[in-house]
Amino acid sequence: MDYTEKVLEYFRNPRNMGRIENADGIGKVGNPVCGDVMWIYIKVRKNEKGEEIIEDIKFETFGCAAAIATSSVVTELAKGKTLSEAEKISNKDVVEFLGGLPPIKKHCSLLAEEGLKAAINDYRKKNKK
Amino acid sequence: MENKTIYMDYNATTPTDPRVLEVMKDYFFEKFGNPSSIYEIARENKKEIEKARQKVAELIDAEPEEIFFTSGGTESDNWAIKGISFALKNKGNHIITSQIEHHAVLNTCKFLSKIGYEITYAPVDKYGVVDVDFIRKSIKKETILITIMHANNEIGTIQPIEEIAKIAKENGIYFHSDCVQTVGKIPVSVKKLGVDIISLSAHKFYGPKGVGAIYIKKGTKIETFIHGGEQEKGKRGGTYNVPGIIGLGKACEIAKEEMEEEAKKVKYLRDKLEKGIMENIPEIIINGHPENRLYNTLNLCVKYVEGESILLNLDFEKIYASSGSACTSGSLEPSHVLLAIGIPPEIAHGSLRFSLGKYNKEEDVDKVLDVLPKIVEKLRKMSPFWEKK
Repeated sequence: MDYTEKVLEYFRNPRNMGRIENADGIGKVGNPVCGDVMWIYIKVRKNEKGEEIIEDIKFETFGCAAAIATSSVVTELAKGKTLSEAEKISNKDVVEFLGGLPPIKKHCSLLAEEGLKAAINDYRKKNKK
Repeated sequence: MENKTIYMDYNATTPTDPRVLEVMKDYFFEKFGNPSSIYEIARENKKEIEKARQKVAELIDAEPEEIFFTSGGTESDNWAIKGISFALKNKGNHIITSQIEHHAVLNTCKFLSKIGYEITYAPVDKYGVVDVDFIRKSIKKETILITIMHANNEIGTIQPIEEIAKIAKENGIYFHSDCVQTVGKIPVSVKKLGVDIISLSAHKFYGPKGVGAIYIKKGTKIETFIHGGEQEKGKRGGTYNVPGIIGLGKACEIAKEEMEEEAKKVKYLRDKLEKGIMENIPEIIINGHPENRLYNTLNLCVKYVEGESILLNLDFEKIYASSGSACTSGSLEPSHVLLAIGIPPEIAHGSLRFSLGKYNKEEDVDKVLDVLPKIVEKLRKMSPFWEKK
């Protein structure tokens, strides 16, 4: 498999790996039958302007090197961002950050984008006034 | 293998034995002649090719005139299956094979099914042993060929070839066996097995890549597959791969002499690896038959993690193994063999194959046993399905 150095680095030393107890939102995407599952946990707080920002974010992933690297990168890109900024993170940003992905692994970056969005949606659902 | 790399993927290919390379060398330079030519350097080569044929024949208990050289296992499988199908197209169009064959067989059958042949895929049990009764019951008057591999490349299960060959014979049906994983590893006698055709490949037992052979029992009705010149009695065209054929002959000679010793040594290492993994890593499934399995093969599923992730981590440690998980082969489907033995897809994604060979040492096994549990633990910590203890 032709992975970039960056993919291998993020696979080897993933950032933000783990679980957040009492997470404010959890996004569960993927299907074990297909070999890739990502769970993204977020902790949200309001800043002084009253914007909701992702204070902490972690992931748990079952999958190949690309799945692990993309999960890690999406959490890194989202950390500290406001929810509306984080929602704009796309799979393209993740792929770009990693310097590319093999074509048959592109779906992993999509899963990372979906995972993050699912976590934000989950938070919003729980916090409807 | 130098540089402390640990190679445990011998079912994929083997390094060429230096003694094999040594006898091949001359045929690139002073003995480069085309054996089909008339002058002396050519005639000499023809003689050497016949000696190599003799060595192949001796290894598998056949007659030299029943051996034809090919480019390897895939060509031999293609020749066997298409050759019989085309030769007997007026007799019938039905072929019986199994669900766990190598793709050289499966995709050849798939092609034939597109041009009017009917293929029956026999299921296997949880150990990967083909359902012999199913084969017996599938036979009909249109059946022209049964093709079942001797040992499976992924899980190592050895099939009851003699029993199936007997059924084929009783029904007047040709029987082909893909013996790519067994010839050179375990004793293969075409007479004892009762087969009509087998495929073999040099690079699976320390010979060079790009050369193999097919055994075709005298009197078998089979079409030519590679049309061309008068080589191989006009049955397989193409200039002789002289160095390759000489190398194959030498590999057969060495295998015949050393196979038994090697088997003992490699089995000891494989068993130690298997035991060590079972003792040190929880929730492992060993695939393949407990006894009737290639002595060098260890296929396992590591629950809650994905195979490619393990392989890459092993790669970081310079340990080379493989995975049934097809991530590595460019598709995302889990192994068809593991699915056929009833492993659920989410577990089949976590498959790992160690296949050992004669250059492995005990310290290689110790190193894997040191490294693998840590890798699995790290990946399981990452997995949402792994309950933290």
